[in-house]
Amino acid sequence: MSRDRDELRKRQNDEEESKRYAEIAGLLAKIAEALEKGVVELYNIELAFDEVELQIPSSAIETLPIPITITPPPQKVAEAKPETQAAIAIAKTVEIVGKKVVELMRIGFEEPKPNFTGKVVEVKIGATKSEGGTRETSFVLGGHELPPYYYLTGYKPPHLPAFGGDTFDMKIGLPRAVRQVFGDALDNPEEWARVWVKKFGAEAIDIHLVSTDPTLKNASAEEAVKTVDRFLQVVKTPIVVGGSGNPEKDIEVFNAIANAFPSEGLVINSLNLDMALEKVCPNIAKTNAVVIDFSPMSVEKAEEINRKVYTWIPRNRILLDLNIGGIGYGTEYGFTTMERSRLAALLGNELLQHPFNVGAANAWGAREAWMTMDPYWGPKEVRGSLWETLTCVICLLAGADYFMVLHPLTMKVLKSLREYLFSDPKPRDPEKALSWLSTKLPVV
Amino acid sequence: MPWRPPTPIEIYQLLPQTNCGKCGEPNCMAFAVKLINFDTTLEQCPPLIEDKSYAKNLEKLKALLSPPVKEIVLRSPKRVVKIGGEYVLYRHELRYMNPTAIAIDIDDSMDRDSILKRIEAIEKFEYEYVGRKLKLDLIAVRSVTNDPKQFAKTVQIVAENSTLPLILCSLNPTVIEAGFNVLTQEHRPLIYAATKDNWREMAELAKRYEAPLAIASPGDLDMLVSLAKTLSEGFGISDLALDPGTLIGVNGLAYTVKAFTWLRYKAVYDLWKYAGYPLIGTPISVWSSLEGDVMDKMWWEAILATLLMTRYADLLIMHSIDGWVLLPQVMWRFQLYTDPRKPVAVPSGVREIGKPDEKSPVIVTTNYALTYSIVLSDIEKAKVNAWLVVIDTEGLAVDVSVAARKFTGEKVAEVIKSSELDKKVRHKVLIIPGKAARVSGDVEDATGWKVVVGPVDSSEIGKFIEKMWTENKLKELLSQ
Repeated sequence: MSRDRDELRKRQNDEEESKRYAEIAGLLAKIAEALEKGVVELYNIELAFDEVELQIPSSAIETLPIPITITPPPQKVAEAKPETQAAIAIAKTVEIVGKKVVELMRIGFEEPKPNFTGKVVEVKIGATKSEGGTRETSFVLGGHELPPYYYLTGYKPPHLPAFGGDTFDMKIGLPRAVRQVFGDALDNPEEWARVWVKKFGAEAIDIHLVSTDPTLKNASAEEAVKTVDRFLQVVKTPIVVGGSGNPEKDIEVFNAIANAFPSEGLVINSLNLDMALEKVCPNIAKTNAVVIDFSPMSVEKAEEINRKVYTWIPRNRILLDLNIGGIGYGTEYGFTTMERSRLAALLGNELLQHPFNVGAANAWGAREAWMTMDPYWGPKEVRGSLWETLTCVICLLAGADYFMVLHPLTMKVLKSLREYLFSDPKPRDPEKALSWLSTKLPVV
Repeated sequence: MPWRPPTPIEIYQLLPQTNCGKCGEPNCMAFAVKLINFDTTLEQCPPLIEDKSYAKNLEKLKALLSPPVKEIVLRSPKRVVKIGGEYVLYRHELRYMNPTAIAIDIDDSMDRDSILKRIEAIEKFEYEYVGRKLKLDLIAVRSVTNDPKQFAKTVQIVAENSTLPLILCSLNPTVIEAGFNVLTQEHRPLIYAATKDNWREMAELAKRYEAPLAIASPGDLDMLVSLAKTLSEGFGISDLALDPGTLIGVNGLAYTVKAFTWLRYKAVYDLWKYAGYPLIGTPISVWSSLEGDVMDKMWWEAILATLLMTRYADLLIMHSIDGWVLLPQVMWRFQLYTDPRKPVAVPSGVREIGKPDEKSPVIVTTNYALTYSIVLSDIEKAKVNAWLVVIDTEGLAVDVSVAARKFTGEKVAEVIKSSELDKKVRHKVLIIPGKAARVSGDVEDATGWKVVVGPVDSSEIGKFIEKMWTENKLKELLSQ
């Protein structure tokens, strides 16, 4: 019983207290409002300042107006009537109380501490003279110990992505946007490659030996060797040699090329589970060539082919291609397969610890990249290049390392992006980031 | 510890356990399983919602299923847009929930006609893809005059002439307030933005109008989360969104990617509540921060939009209204937000297009939803009566399925047999996609039908049929 009474009394006290607080809060609000309007008339007021300061309960916070700009300029204070001066004094108190309530609660942002133990192997592409080949440049891919672009303090990705230019050893249908940039050079694959390197800064050249396709020209393995030889003479970057995609013919072609150029650090594009791997891998193993294991959008198949290829070829000479479709055409499958594989690799799955290759030219297969559409959607030349660029941006974020690119504009943008993304994440003039808010922008 | 879904048992224990079946499931356990897969919602269980004795359980269930990234609702009288509500860093861990909302700006220096024209362009933007209509979501009204009256006028025009929810953009609280004053209660716009300088006043506005509030703290993550803490705990504002700044160029872009990644990581892996809000990217920034011509700016705006969407942005504010800038964004968004556990596939089988008869062409395609719907629409557009054989490539497109050996003669033969197509047509000629040319021999062997390799792209089907599907050609073909 006595407990009930106690509670009742306590409740009454609480009510009285909050009534008083409400009165004070209301009064302060009036003062604040009056000061804002510049009219101050206070009558019959008794205030004990320390009371005001100390007894504002937390429940009153929400009802308490928080004055921010109520302090008038100082010269006016000097001229003000005594009543006004008193009011200002009260207002200042209010301000202090207000500030106390809504003081910025400073906390720090602690950076993420993910726990990864795996490492992507480092794969050397191309061989310079000192490395036994004749290339003037070579580069290394991979070596990652964290997912792409995590920017954790103390970790720098050991190797940057690299970009190669696509060429084909015979005339094939190419988007007009590509024909426009390369012009006559397209008639001569070596010239095409030379323009890629000299004019557009390709870091490697991809030769797609389409002519060897049995359903097309069915060029022989010997002819393919001659083509590769001409390329090796004309460009001094690393070279990626692609077959026709015919599993039987590719074995012939790759064997011949491996035998002919065992020390150039070529990249063989590509091996897949439909090929009789035992007929081609032993030969490649004897050279310093790198192979691309192709496993379209399947993590499981990627593990399977890698496990097989390990029988002959060391891990640090294998790239992985999980395939990508242009935006709207299966991009999400390739993207997610890459994300899954890379995460698994960094969590310790050794079968997936390989740098990724991306065939960006697939992006041009998207209808929106080549089709003539209503003028609202823009010229197809613009759409096509943008499609390839954006498909690459997505792959870059999934951790892709080597990009086979069809259009020079894509390569240009990728190089800028690489420079930006691999610089220190320290903003300069961050205030400017909000200038868009108040700037009048051209309406196109 | 990353966010983990509750177990079915945990959920089941809080459900009514009456197996009443009102949710459409045979029992409460089945409903529980659907809940944790996010294939259904609590609202589908009427007893739980209506019966007050379950109120406590409902609250517990909501808490168990609530996302580590808060879901924020923006509203106009006609539309609702939800942002955030995310659970995972990588889409394969579950799926992404609310597709990145795309807002296009309108500024208060524009005259009425320009505003109306722009509204029309925003509202009319639509692209049909896999049977869906891809559209834009929001209008961001910016104050470039910093004049409350002018801003109010603009907001009013926009509200009266558009159906989309709004973002009120200014750092000046008086301007924002003027915007609110001309909006009806049915509007729930996002306030953009509270900063380290104006947060008190913006917080007041957010409280008074019960509106969600964006916090902008470019280049300063400490300040961003400090403001998130202050506004949520000090002011009790629960609906916040975070903009760490969309910076570009050397250092800037790296910072932006880092900030988006860290914020989302902390939200879903560390379940850190101060990072657990939707993220805002502003590709529009390039228009005021990048040198170069208009084309350069549009190009970079497109790149930033794709990049930020891929790196967890829940809302993008953009300036370009050009089709080529926005088209890849809405398409990629659609893909990124599909459920990776469910391939976008249609059932295999034979479809009748138009009114096919025993002489009509038989066209083969895959069961990837996109391939199927494009081929379907192209055949329809060409007004060809045809039998469309859809084979089960496990939801892969033609070229990919050929490479992955999912497009095989056996699969074609299966469908022909199960549908008894050989009884419906007399000619025994199959048209396969140009991209499947490589498997034509295989298809002939497995089906015993004559195979003709069709166009590489189905938009050529009309022309192809016109040229190819004549009596003479067929005779010639079948006599070979």
